[in-house]
Amino acid sequence: MLQALAVDWSAFFADSAVQTALVIGVCAALINASLGVFTLLRGHAFAGHALGDISSAGGAASFLLGISALWGFLGMAWAAALAMAWLGLREARERDLATGIVLGAGLGLTALLLYLAMTTTSASGSTVTVLFGSLFALPPSLAPVVLLLTFGTLCVIVLGYRPLLLIAADADLARAQGIPVALLELVYLLLLGLAAAISAMTVGAILATALLLGPAGAALQLATRPVWAFLLAALLAVLAVVLGILLSWQSYYWFSGTSWPVSFFIVLLTLLEYLGAGLWTAFWGGSTWTTAAPPPSACAEDC
Amino acid sequence: MPSSSTPAPTEPLLQIENLGVRLGGRQVLEGLDLSLESGVLCGLIGENGAGKTTLLRSILGLQRIASGTIRLAGGSVGKARDLVGYVPQKIAFDPQLPLRTRDLVELGLSGRHFGLPWRRRRYQAATKAALAAVGAEHFADQRLGRLSGGQQQRAVIAHALVREPRLLLLDEPLANLDFRSTTSLVQLLGTLVREHGLTVLVTAHDMNPLLPVLDRLVYLVGGRAATGTVDEVVRPDVLSGLYGYPVTVLRHHGRFLVLPDAPDGPGEMRHAGTELPPPSPREEA
Ligand SMILES: Nc1ncnc2c1ncn2[C@@H]1O[C@H](COP(=O)(O)OP(=O)(O)OP(=O)(O)O)[C@@H](O)[C@H]1O
Ligand SMILES: [Mg+2]
Repeated sequence: MLQALAVDWSAFFADSAVQTALVIGVCAALINASLGVFTLLRGHAFAGHALGDISSAGGAASFLLGISALWGFLGMAWAAALAMAWLGLREARERDLATGIVLGAGLGLTALLLYLAMTTTSASGSTVTVLFGSLFALPPSLAPVVLLLTFGTLCVIVLGYRPLLLIAADADLARAQGIPVALLELVYLLLLGLAAAISAMTVGAILATALLLGPAGAALQLATRPVWAFLLAALLAVLAVVLGILLSWQSYYWFSGTSWPVSFFIVLLTLLEYLGAGLWTAFWGGSTWTTAAPPPSACAEDC
Repeated sequence: MPSSSTPAPTEPLLQIENLGVRLGGRQVLEGLDLSLESGVLCGLIGENGAGKTTLLRSILGLQRIASGTIRLAGGSVGKARDLVGYVPQKIAFDPQLPLRTRDLVELGLSGRHFGLPWRRRRYQAATKAALAAVGAEHFADQRLGRLSGGQQQRAVIAHALVREPRLLLLDEPLANLDFRSTTSLVQLLGTLVREHGLTVLVTAHDMNPLLPVLDRLVYLVGGRAATGTVDEVVRPDVLSGLYGYPVTVLRHHGRFLVLPDAPDGPGEMRHAGTELPPPSPREEA
């Protein structure tokens, strides 16, 4: 019983699977949280979700081709991102239609490739691995690659921070300043594809949305400044991933020798964070809401 | 003090010649000429779909033009982008957007710059001045998405002004304003032109609220335009030529009403029935 609650920290950190999981998981958290904020502000939540789902076809293909899952996920996510950019991400209705069409085609391909992978290779667990992630089964050699990609992504976000923020506020205002909106949107979509690929390996292709939108959604409810929104989203995402890994590892002792999947815990935690932020604003945000509303006297002059 | 970007005294700030724009296979603007010097407030008047937004977007270089030339301060639009401020027609910020009014105004200066905002101090004085110019100080620290439509509009005007443009383009800024806000915004535009020497091009479907400050008028009908002072343009002969059918111009207490002629000539009954109320302010609740 005591064993079930007390974490054996030295064993936890000494486990090489845990080490790899922590590094790649934290990378996935940082990328997804920061891109998630832009994704929500631009109203691209559905596109972000679709990229994760579609990358599963690449994950399945990687089993067939015998290549690293990362390149499989990434290749497919980028192909989908380019297709979306080409089909047009302009108007919300057109965008959802284009996204839906790409999503349908991608999932159909996933069905075929997973079937082929199951019947022609010995990788029997490929379906679960592709769809629900395999954080504890990743090769340690992947960690430096993911670290590098994450560092690159964060650099691009920091560099493009203000133009991207202005695009998020109003794309026409950005265009009027001569900001290359179409180019930046393409870069953003490619980064979103990268985020989807990395979180596909972490929590699985179809759960990638949770890491992208959960922490960012929670942060946007709480933060009133852009920088705070990014920092808070990153903090919440890292918290969910690290705690999820710990709980999954520890759950081995709760369920007599079978640990529950890490994806479940991470997704559950992001959901709790989102709901918690909602409750927080409902109870504590009420007062800030009323002071934020314009006083009636000021309204008479300037509304 | 003349510099390379200041046009020669004879050269207008904005010069449009024979502008033609096609959209979706339709000629939206045709043979449009317009020349604006510094310190002029010009109204761009036309009905829905007349091509007002298209003209502003052409000036900004956001709309591909089919024919003609647009020159800003003697150069191409792309080179003179810093001289132009733009307030788009449809402004609606996401309530979740974590930006305060102050942040949006600052992005008017820093939005194009890559990298983190290290040198914020440099922008803060200009931001404060722009907020004061539009009377937005008291909601400077509120989230954009929670402001009223008129307040959001002021925030965007401050965003456009903070770069100290020489030409300010406003698309239907009066469309969603009540009487009092309309008056104060018109006054603000007048101040920008008279005291700060800006050139303002403002679109509206109703010219009347702008009349007190208007120097020049571009009256757009079906993509073609009549240009000049109010007295030169708002005349039955000019507008009849533009509309392609006879129109009557009614003038009452300094306000105009443009009406198509009754089929059987200018009937007295019709005119009597469309008598305008005096322009007394409506009582606001
Ligand atoms: N992307 C487009 N494709 C095809 N036609 C267009 C497009 N955008 C605008 N138009 C057409 O061009 C014409 C001019 O449009 P514009 O938006 O410039 O009008 P406007 O004067 O600004 O009208 P409003 O007062 O309603 O804002 C309209 O008839 C419109 O239908
Ligand atoms: Mg318009």
